[in-house]
Amino acid sequence: MSLFFMNYILPLLIIFLQSALVMVAVLLMAYFGIYADRKIWAAVQLRKGPNVVGPFGLLQSGADLLKLLFKEIIIPEKANKMIFILGPIVTCFVALSSWAVIPFAEGWVVADINVGILYIFAVSSLGVYGIIMGGWASNSKYPFMGAMRSAAQMVSYEVSIGFVIITVLLCVGSLNLSDIVNAQKNIWFIFPLFPMFIVFFVSALAETNRPPFDLPEAEAELVAGYQTEYSSSLFMLYFLGELAATFLMCAMITILFLGGWLPPFDVFPLTVIPGVVWFLLKMAFIFYLFSMVKALVPRYRYDQLMRLGWKVFLPISLACVVLTSSFLLIFNIAP
Amino acid sequence: MFPALLFYIFSLTIIASALMVIFSKQPINSILFLIFSFINAAGLFLLAGAEFLALIIVIVYVGAVAVLFLFVIMMLDFNPETIKEETKKYLPVGLLVGSVLFVEIILMMNSPEIFSKEFKIIGRIVETDLTNTEILGSLIYTEYFLQFQMAGFILLVAMIGAIVLTLRHRDFVRRQNIHDQVSRDPNTSIELIDIELKTRK
Repeated sequence: MSLFFMNYILPLLIIFLQSALVMVAVLLMAYFGIYADRKIWAAVQLRKGPNVVGPFGLLQSGADLLKLLFKEIIIPEKANKMIFILGPIVTCFVALSSWAVIPFAEGWVVADINVGILYIFAVSSLGVYGIIMGGWASNSKYPFMGAMRSAAQMVSYEVSIGFVIITVLLCVGSLNLSDIVNAQKNIWFIFPLFPMFIVFFVSALAETNRPPFDLPEAEAELVAGYQTEYSSSLFMLYFLGELAATFLMCAMITILFLGGWLPPFDVFPLTVIPGVVWFLLKMAFIFYLFSMVKALVPRYRYDQLMRLGWKVFLPISLACVVLTSSFLLIFNIAP
Repeated sequence: MFPALLFYIFSLTIIASALMVIFSKQPINSILFLIFSFINAAGLFLLAGAEFLALIIVIVYVGAVAVLFLFVIMMLDFNPETIKEETKKYLPVGLLVGSVLFVEIILMMNSPEIFSKEFKIIGRIVETDLTNTEILGSLIYTEYFLQFQMAGFILLVAMIGAIVLTLRHRDFVRRQNIHDQVSRDPNTSIELIDIELKTRK
């Protein structure tokens, strides 16, 4: 009996606790992410932003959360009830489950699998289902159009994200995320692969429906896109899923290009600071860039978005895959 | 014990959701159950230790192919009455194809030696420390390079065919040419014209 406990129950409990810890961390990130997003946006527009609830308005996100939780869930009469409820759950589930393979510091990872990056790519390609399901099940024109836009957009930009990931993998020689970080001990990949970083950054904005690519919920033309009919906690799940996906993209950029948990220079005072602090600092920096883009850039038109994805990013990233692999082969430095 | 339990859970859900694909009345539910069974199939691959294939199944079938299915089914306007009649029409053909496939699988399971003699490729177990991603990569790009390239070419031809079938040039659609737009300057785009002024008498 004790053997059974040691072999099956204990590992299960440990994995459960680890996942819960990561989930709490992601939710905290989302909590302060909303606050930071609004503050930065406000600062750019010379406003004050949230400053009433709590010191410096820090509790504003909590107040919003409570408000959303206590409201009534309204389901449209002609909606497909099952799929309507399933949509936001799928979005949130998918966005949170990708975090299982993210290494926050050396060895700080729930599942250190060999195909980590492929897992993230696979799971984030499922994110589109939540949006299509929600948009279709609402049984209304605007949500459906928003859902279709979103699906086409996410599928298009996944292609260039895939090619950027392949370029990085060519320089690493492993699909394991910890190996990718360790391969950047000498130089972060942002320096040799800078064009790829730009392509990945913009594609990440499009993939997570962040402005300037927030066409699925373009309020000027589609009311609120696929979220139009959603209210209360179901709406909150969509919101949360989107934020978790945004932070996941920040973490991906940190791991692929900014050296993950590694300090910028391998010298004494910097190496004392634990890796997780560096990781979170880098993620916060990328999120700051995301917020600045949101505040500064106007929304794209839909045909421009498609043109950028298929006619600009796809050729550039394909060419970069070929160039990088030829370079590695000619100078014989392929891992 | 634990893997066996997982195996039964995965396979039972695959069978159950495959049955639901056939028997559910709404096409949208069928496609969602199909996606669910794909994901469970990926789980089976994971149990067999083929993590690369499992994730490729999720990326290709669930992330790309099934999204297109879902798209098409959502856009079509289905009438439950006509679906019933269509089902009756296609039932014999479906039963024939299904039973042929079923018998083939049973035959293959009962006499594996026929197949393994003819095709030596099937079922070769390699004992190495390499992960199965590395093994697949090294085999595909060396031993089976020709077949791999042929498969790629067939897909390319299919893609070009699909584009040729759907491409239509419509002259009345105004398109944005970014280069023309950016290279405009006042000299070429602004013209001063003298207009004769008619004074009112």
